Amino acid sequence: MLEDKDRIFKNLYNDEGSDLLSAKKRGDWSKTKEVCEKGREWIINEIKVSELRGRGGAGFPTGLKWSFAPKEIGSRPHYLVINADESEPGTCKDRDILRFEPHKLIEGCLIASFAVNAHTCYIYIRGEYFNEGAKLQKAIDEAYENGLVGKNASGTGWDFDIYIHYGAGAYICGEETALLESLEGKKGQPRLKPPFPALIGLYGCPTIINNVETISVVPTILRRGAKWFSSIGRAKNTGTKIYCISGNVNNPCNVEEQMGIPLKDLIEKHAGGVVGGWDNLKAVIPGGSSMPLLPKQICDTIKMDFDECIENQTGLGTAGIVVINCDQDIIKCMARIARFYKHESCGQCTPCREGSGWMWRMLERMSRGEATRDEVDLLMDVTKQIEGHTICAFGEGSAWPVQGLIRNFKEEIIKRNNINPIFEEKKDIPYLIDQHLLEKENA
Amino acid sequence: MSLKKVSKDQPKDFEFNKKNLEEAKKAISNYPKGKQQSAVMSLLYIAQRQNNNWIPLAAMKYIANILNMPYIKVYEVATFYTMYNLAPVGNYFFQICTTTPCMIRGAYKLVDVCKKKISKKENEISKTNQSSWTEVECLGACVNAPMIQINENYFEDLDPEKLEKIIDKIGKNEKPQPGSYRGRTSCEPENIRKTLLENKNA
Repeated sequence: MLEDKDRIFKNLYNDEGSDLLSAKKRGDWSKTKEVCEKGREWIINEIKVSELRGRGGAGFPTGLKWSFAPKEIGSRPHYLVINADESEPGTCKDRDILRFEPHKLIEGCLIASFAVNAHTCYIYIRGEYFNEGAKLQKAIDEAYENGLVGKNASGTGWDFDIYIHYGAGAYICGEETALLESLEGKKGQPRLKPPFPALIGLYGCPTIINNVETISVVPTILRRGAKWFSSIGRAKNTGTKIYCISGNVNNPCNVEEQMGIPLKDLIEKHAGGVVGGWDNLKAVIPGGSSMPLLPKQICDTIKMDFDECIENQTGLGTAGIVVINCDQDIIKCMARIARFYKHESCGQCTPCREGSGWMWRMLERMSRGEATRDEVDLLMDVTKQIEGHTICAFGEGSAWPVQGLIRNFKEEIIKRNNINPIFEEKKDIPYLIDQHLLEKENA
Repeated sequence: MSLKKVSKDQPKDFEFNKKNLEEAKKAISNYPKGKQQSAVMSLLYIAQRQNNNWIPLAAMKYIANILNMPYIKVYEVATFYTMYNLAPVGNYFFQICTTTPCMIRGAYKLVDVCKKKISKKENEISKTNQSSWTEVECLGACVNAPMIQINENYFEDLDPEKLEKIIDKIGKNEKPQPGSYRGRTSCEPENIRKTLLENKNA
């Protein structure tokens, strides 16, 4: 278990208050000037050495991302955009950072802006986080009053402005290019890549987009050194991470732990165990709803980091762990997730717009036992038609959980849906009846 | 994206009041010159707040004029995002999260309570207590499931009895207390907390 002194978010549970004074007591805003004086090359290199990977789901190396920004400001200004549009089912870590540790985020924004030559930063918060946004705005006002941001921010000589932009309840705006579209005042429909936002992003200007948690850990890494950060966890999967454990556990919670902590430890030690005991565990969604679920036998041993999750045909994602026990109907759970994706598809690409609805309707029928046994393979085929055929990663996000279900619980689905597709006995399910056959019978 | 019906009864005119006009100007000033279109989302929010939590078509035309953009672009934005209400909702607008993490902790029991105590159908304004309810997708408070949002406040760690009490309170014109209904102030594990204990005891 990670020791308390190595935890970055000391106020995760709001024991001390989120105002500037208490934040300074925790070490925020100290040495900000000295860090910036070492220069942007040093900052980017330090982040590269720390092997920090983006905490928003894709796990892209942050230092590398920053190095894509042009070295000098050309004719177009640079922008930094913070993605606080946290809508992945199972994930609620950014909310706690916004309301309890806002100064870590603001300080991180300043340092990141300095490193990527941006004078302006927009924080895109989901509209539902109205109160959290108000708390962040209060912290930003405090920072302006104390000269920490604004003209000559923290005495670094760098002018830096920071604004909040509220979203309005669209999951797709968590995708970085959709987020930019939304920031520009349009529908949040993702753009084609390339060009990548690092060169052509917000208003056609170079833009770096990072998750809240990624940016919030940056000041601490630079203060304590990249070596300290990379000594936690294993190579390429370093540092600490806030895990959100929800679902059928006795004490659902957010907890900051090291990368690569065993999943069983997280659930048993921090979240008070599965409701009904470990043996009552059915499956775990390890990284927010878009990652395939894990059956119990893998949950016994898996360690939570990016690479080990990929080895087990899933992903760490945002580390939003949803525990599902045997009292739940697993097909129904996944049907509800499919409905989420059907609702949130932006409607731009046909495979995703139509396919997400197909998957939902088929899973709903399967949960009621009204599907034929070869429809399971048909459903798998539908997911394959969506995956990889869309502009953004939403296609994968909606197809993977269904694939995970079929991969791990195929027998259970077939057991419930064992209707013979060739119609022999009369059943009261109109869409299963081959209408032509019926007509012949009637004729 | 979402299915939304535009209300049939539309007011003829819409204009920001003085305070909101100031607020709108401030929102526009957050963005670079010539990029005032970015402020369309904040302006729609301001209009929604001024007009009893829903946006009439007249307001979209008015906003299009202010921001110097085509009306249809404002309409596109207003219909794309789920948080803009295009038809009247109750003074207390209950949004129940029913996505999987909430569902497996009993969110549909909360839906039943709303059906019983507010109105049978979704988005139907109750006659007695001026409330309406709707099912929404993940509200991002999964650790505190099941939860609902009433106007802009989160009510967390609920169960059917607690929700009934909240609705009764609203019926008596009292303001219910937002936050966790199991006494949590954050996402900490109740009773078995093992981390950051020094801070807790300090």
